[in-house]
Amino acid sequence: MLGEAYGGLSSLPEFGQLALIMAMMVAFLQALVPLWGVAANNGVAMTYARPLAAAQALFLLVSVVVLALCFVNDDFSVAYVAANSNTALPTPYKISAVWGAHEGSLLLWVAMLGWWGLAVALFSRSLPLPMLSRVLGIMGLVSFGFILFTLETSNPFERILPSVPREGADLNPLLQDFGLIVHPPTLYMGYVGLSVVFAFAIAALLGGRLDAAWARWSRPWTTAAWVFLTIGIALGSWWAYYELGWGGWWFWDPVENASLMPWLVATALLHSLAVTEKRGLFKSWTVLLAIFAFSLSLLGTFLVRSGVLTSVHAFASDPERGVFVLALLGLVVGGSLLIYALKAPTVASVGRYEWLSRESFLLMNNLLLLVAAFAILLGTLYPLAIDFLGMGKISVGASWFNLMFVPISVVLTLIIGVGAMSRWKQDKANRLTRETWWAAVAALLLGIAAPLVASGELNWSVVMGIGISVWLVAVSLADVWKKCRGQLSRIPSLSLSFNGMILAHIGVAVTVVGVTMVANYSIEESVRMAPGDSYVVDGYRFEFERAGHIEGPNYVSDAAQFVVYDGDDEIAVLRPEKRRYLARNTIMTEAAIDVNLLRDVYVSMGEPLDDGAWGMRIQVKPFMRWVWLGAIFMAVGGVLAMFDKRYRQRKQTADAQEALA
Amino acid sequence: MNPKRKKRLQLIIFLVIGFGAAVGLLMYSLSQNINLFHTPSQIAAGEVPQGRTIRAGGLVVEGSVKRDNSGLGVTFEVTDGAANATIFYEGILPDLFREGQGIVAMGQLDANGVLQASEVLAKHDENYMPPEVKEALEQAHKDGKQSMQEAANGGYGTDSETNKAGAY
Repeated sequence: MLGEAYGGLSSLPEFGQLALIMAMMVAFLQALVPLWGVAANNGVAMTYARPLAAAQALFLLVSVVVLALCFVNDDFSVAYVAANSNTALPTPYKISAVWGAHEGSLLLWVAMLGWWGLAVALFSRSLPLPMLSRVLGIMGLVSFGFILFTLETSNPFERILPSVPREGADLNPLLQDFGLIVHPPTLYMGYVGLSVVFAFAIAALLGGRLDAAWARWSRPWTTAAWVFLTIGIALGSWWAYYELGWGGWWFWDPVENASLMPWLVATALLHSLAVTEKRGLFKSWTVLLAIFAFSLSLLGTFLVRSGVLTSVHAFASDPERGVFVLALLGLVVGGSLLIYALKAPTVASVGRYEWLSRESFLLMNNLLLLVAAFAILLGTLYPLAIDFLGMGKISVGASWFNLMFVPISVVLTLIIGVGAMSRWKQDKANRLTRETWWAAVAALLLGIAAPLVASGELNWSVVMGIGISVWLVAVSLADVWKKCRGQLSRIPSLSLSFNGMILAHIGVAVTVVGVTMVANYSIEESVRMAPGDSYVVDGYRFEFERAGHIEGPNYVSDAAQFVVYDGDDEIAVLRPEKRRYLARNTIMTEAAIDVNLLRDVYVSMGEPLDDGAWGMRIQVKPFMRWVWLGAIFMAVGGVLAMFDKRYRQRKQTADAQEALA
Repeated sequence: MNPKRKKRLQLIIFLVIGFGAAVGLLMYSLSQNINLFHTPSQIAAGEVPQGRTIRAGGLVVEGSVKRDNSGLGVTFEVTDGAANATIFYEGILPDLFREGQGIVAMGQLDANGVLQASEVLAKHDENYMPPEVKEALEQAHKDGKQSMQEAANGGYGTDSETNKAGAY
């Protein structure tokens, strides 16, 4: 009917907005009813938590699907669609355009919050009802705040009426890529997943029950969020590497830092939870980490998305959004810290441990990870503060971040393996030395051998990087050998969380190897080449065969064809492109890369010069894949650990605990 | 003071000192690693020391881009409306580098007052203006030296997902 009034316009967007408003109201009830139920000890009210969480998730799903449909239908009466889509845009990108800019990615963010809530409702059968009610109530409260924010300041369903544009402005060409279809949702799943851990921590504080059971419930959820974050960050790095045409894989850019900080704190939290579960120690510290992790993920999503990190003046241009974000952040962080201050002193950790013990190693792990996160936070916010104070425009160079991050990573890598094999409470230096001396020898020998093999010259930073990686892998394998008492066939019967841990730790070593090799042995050359020219980099001969022209669905491009030879063997045909996206008239570089486990060869086109020549960027990057392969190891390790059977304990035990409580 | 409290106090003092020292070191090393932004006017006025790594930027002056005949060297001028600065760069310019576009370069001033750039950043969004450049333009405009209305036209949208440094 509304459609007829506006001459054939679909009323679908209003339907989506209505669903979002419904989700907000349900979220409000989800906060109110179960939390009141706990306070009033009303069992019926508490049982409303699960169905309300399910209803909220459903309404949010409808809302996201509707926005996607608006994109697929090219409904340019919706301002967000008009700004981020185009009739010529291929359909998969129309769908991914849902999270291509601020409004839609916020919608996806709140939707994921709702879906995590649904996951808690579904998979927490063993949780006592009051605990579940608190957890879902808190998640409902957070959800309510952010849906309100979306509707008030960033409504993706807003219409441009009555003059509907005929054509959309198209999705930013940088985002028209597979990496950008999957990277933001994965990262958001991680960010938002930390809200579950946060809710568990606050719920436990409110209930005054920071015990082993709470830690055991929190662990798989923390791990799940951490796995998403790990993959999300790796995908972002991989995307930046091939899509930006620079061949860099990490820039210490605010956007990247914003994802790395919650990851570092979540990693610390994973390990601190282990101590809390197994030994009943570090309780209030663990809670604090859960609060930090979620706060940093809020900072990550909202400050980055609202453009504040680009410039504090973005704040001034859209004060409503900025003030709302700050208020929400203040409420979440301030409120949770207040609860922490009131409740944490009543929580006492009992138990002792000696200087040399697994607790000590894990404490060190936590401190190092937090210092790293803090340094990154400082480096990211410092330019903002200086700008805000009117003291000039500065940028913090990558060299500073490397200066901070590299030494911390080295120490961390050194203690990971020993920490994991050391004993709780107290260990003996003799025992550790006896079991790991050979690993140290192997690390030293292989570390020294690596640069000699790679380049014939001794390079101490390579010795260091390879040495600590070998050390970590060797110590981890020694641990496995000991646990399976020398019979490798017993490995599958070791606990999933142990195998997962070992795999994740080996993943760290794999990434360190990749970073070391890429940082030290990458070769990058910018050369002027015309068709027919060839150029040799690191023994690879790059022949520029010919230049051509390609027409894509919404772009046209100049393309080059390279044949790469290793000696006389042809190893790859590479076709880099220089695309011009028509709707925005934007130029984009499409790099061409040939990969294997030992090296990437990379060609990207610069700009056209005189006489048909081009500026070409040619790179050979050894062990590039290892950087992301390590992240895959870590993620798979995390998934294994999540499915450890002790997290699927029988409901009876939980009920028994509830009866005791 | 009972022994338990004493132990706790020692721990707190230790933590405060350690934390303070760490923050101090971080801030010190930070102050050594920052790159200040300078406008073409500041460079023209000789306010910028030679040999120090700075960032500078403005709109690329129409007709000022000159490529070397061989190799990848390029010279161009940027303006904030009040003064121009000359920049030399050897290598591949970013996709969005073009005349009239706002760019930021990082490098050092040589004896001739030319910025020898090691990096040139231009953003992957034609509507985007680096905030430093935008401010420099406004500053020059405010100083009443020349109107830059035509040059600085266009919406200053920010799209943060594309704000990876590499996309700059």
